[in-house]
Amino acid sequence: MGSGPGGSAAADVLTAAGWSVVIFEKGRNHLLDLADPSRLKGDYSNDEIKFTVRHFLGPDPFLEPRTFRRNQSDGDHAFVGDVNNVPSTVGGGGVHADGKLPRFREDDFHMHSEHGPIDAAALADWPLTYDDLEPFYAEAERLVGVAGDAGANPFAAPRSGPYPMPPGAPMYGATLSAGAAQRLGYHPYPAPTGANSVPYGGRPACNNCGFCAFYGCPIHAKGDPLAPLQRALLTGRAELRPETFVSKINVNNGMATGVDYVDTHGATHTETARHVVLAAGAVETPRLLLLSGLEHPLIGRHLMFHFQTLAMAGLRERVHPHRGRSVTHVHDDHLVPDERSQRAAHDAGLPWFRGGMVEHCGASAPIQEAKLYPWGNAHARSMRESPLRERMWGFTMQGEDLPQWTNRVDLDPTVRDVRGFPVARITYDSHRFELAASAHYGERLTEILHGMDAEWTVTTTSPDASFPYGDFISPIPQSKHVMGTARMGADPSTSVVDPYGRLHDVPNIVVADSSVFVTSSGYGPTLTLVALALRAARALAGGETPPAIE
Amino acid sequence: MPHLFFADDDYAVIEAACERLIPGATDAGVADYIDGLLGAFSTEPPRIWAGGPFSGRHGGDAGFASFIPLTRMDELAWRTRIEGSGGIPEREFNGPVVGLQERYCEGIAALRGDFTTRDPDEQDARLHSHPDFTALLYEHACEGMYGAPEYGGNRSSSGWRAIDFEGDVQPLGYTDAEVSRP
Repeated sequence: MGSGPGGSAAADVLTAAGWSVVIFEKGRNHLLDLADPSRLKGDYSNDEIKFTVRHFLGPDPFLEPRTFRRNQSDGDHAFVGDVNNVPSTVGGGGVHADGKLPRFREDDFHMHSEHGPIDAAALADWPLTYDDLEPFYAEAERLVGVAGDAGANPFAAPRSGPYPMPPGAPMYGATLSAGAAQRLGYHPYPAPTGANSVPYGGRPACNNCGFCAFYGCPIHAKGDPLAPLQRALLTGRAELRPETFVSKINVNNGMATGVDYVDTHGATHTETARHVVLAAGAVETPRLLLLSGLEHPLIGRHLMFHFQTLAMAGLRERVHPHRGRSVTHVHDDHLVPDERSQRAAHDAGLPWFRGGMVEHCGASAPIQEAKLYPWGNAHARSMRESPLRERMWGFTMQGEDLPQWTNRVDLDPTVRDVRGFPVARITYDSHRFELAASAHYGERLTEILHGMDAEWTVTTTSPDASFPYGDFISPIPQSKHVMGTARMGADPSTSVVDPYGRLHDVPNIVVADSSVFVTSSGYGPTLTLVALALRAARALAGGETPPAIE
Repeated sequence: MPHLFFADDDYAVIEAACERLIPGATDAGVADYIDGLLGAFSTEPPRIWAGGPFSGRHGGDAGFASFIPLTRMDELAWRTRIEGSGGIPEREFNGPVVGLQERYCEGIAALRGDFTTRDPDEQDARLHSHPDFTALLYEHACEGMYGAPEYGGNRSSSGWRAIDFEGDVQPLGYTDAEVSRP
């Protein structure tokens, strides 16, 4: 289930091992010609209306709403509609991502034993180490095609080899913010990016069009799941079925026997299978497990998003943020607690906190910008002077979000999708950890912005419970990094899946997405979930060792 | 040229209102963008998603001009969003939906038929007195001003030219120097 980065990686491994695979994808296929997978559909484009206004990559929030509440005092739900939707389309979240693909650090896999517990949080160590995953990280980077500089980040974990490609061209704004950050002693470096800096994997080099985050790449320079899907389909052993919604995993005597699914015409069918790989994302995966009647008490629990801290500056000069790969520089300094952060944590009554990877970024979309200005005579001047696009630059920190038992996905008691099934309900509120860390690092990021000769600065967060539902900033997290709802572990009483993604209760169901994350780190989840999917699929196929580099 | 949804008088009200919201909206054809959205199902394929991968403005074929066919589910969503649920059970699985066409008809009635003949201050006062409709209209006006011209607005890329935005640049893109230099 799911043709995104996790599902496509698993399909690639399994078909290469000689398995027959059916890939169910509830979204549409805008990626490749199913009759000849070597041919592309050509539907992606530089079109702000299509991709950011009209739900081209799905899901359509009318057909497939989700619901949200902060806690039980909100009643059944406080909001119905688009709740952190990630694309529902062939290629999944890999299509819209701007492709920042960092690895986790070593300590990300043992935060509990490294840093100690936090009250009211369910911190735990992962049942594997960075060293266990390193070969799969390397394989994932080759599979997706990651451009980066292996020696540029002093906080990076050890690598077995270089990135497959060198970094692409730095955006002008990033050269300014990276310089300002360096002057304060921070360590910005070229973002590991799943966009080709040179021709790679049969795909061209990125030509810097700027329509990267939230768009499909018209020239397929971006490391979307095209390559693994094509390879799987071209074996002749994989069948991709778009617009099919899996409504239930059938389980008999503790083993999955297949799935029920609804086709594009609304007819229900059953497909039998020896194994079921679940890669629908950290919201839809627990939803399907719950729709299937699986009863592990932790299914859907420990939902995590990244807590975003946005620190932006108004600049005197234009920095053309619409040219380039959306984000070309990042820094990791705030993932490592230091003396200053420790003091702030103690002041907030916490034993420690940390932030996350900081993306050096601007705003590139004119429709989005236009809607921020008031209407009237001043509109045209605002758009020409462009203080919120052409002359704005700053940072988005993807801050670590602690796992909490009360943050969860379950089935909404009243709201249904177009097919009549209960939709996912998200219950989510921030921990003091995220709020205190964001306040601290927001100040530090603003200090960097002042070094850029900023005319003004502003700091905000997502989520922010004080904002109304429906706005860009609201109680609903904007970060599309969603994790943790089928936690991995060795102990069936404290985890949903084992270290290879297999459900403790139904071992021939394998979860191959970010649902299995134990903690959220402060890094985007995609490369890690692909590495885990490769590892799980290879274990499923009978061997854990990745193939040698060709 | 006949409009896809609006009667001539209603079109004139929308055009005049959009000009108050965004000066230059008339020349950019913003009212045509809104008319194209509300009348999307008067063409086949419906004018919901422009095609790809290129527009032809910076090389390649003019793929944007061929709109992408909708599936049965896509059509259900967009007909409901535009036309409303109208008591049709298939559209009301989570309750009735008021469509954009109805909201526009009500909004135009609220601005009143003599809107086009009123002075700018009076026009602005009427827009301020109907904040929900004005907010909807402004959303669409921004899309029509700065979205791809294939949707009916941003005529001859005038919205983009006004802000020195190159728009869709594929397959040309930008050189590394254009990315990295001031």
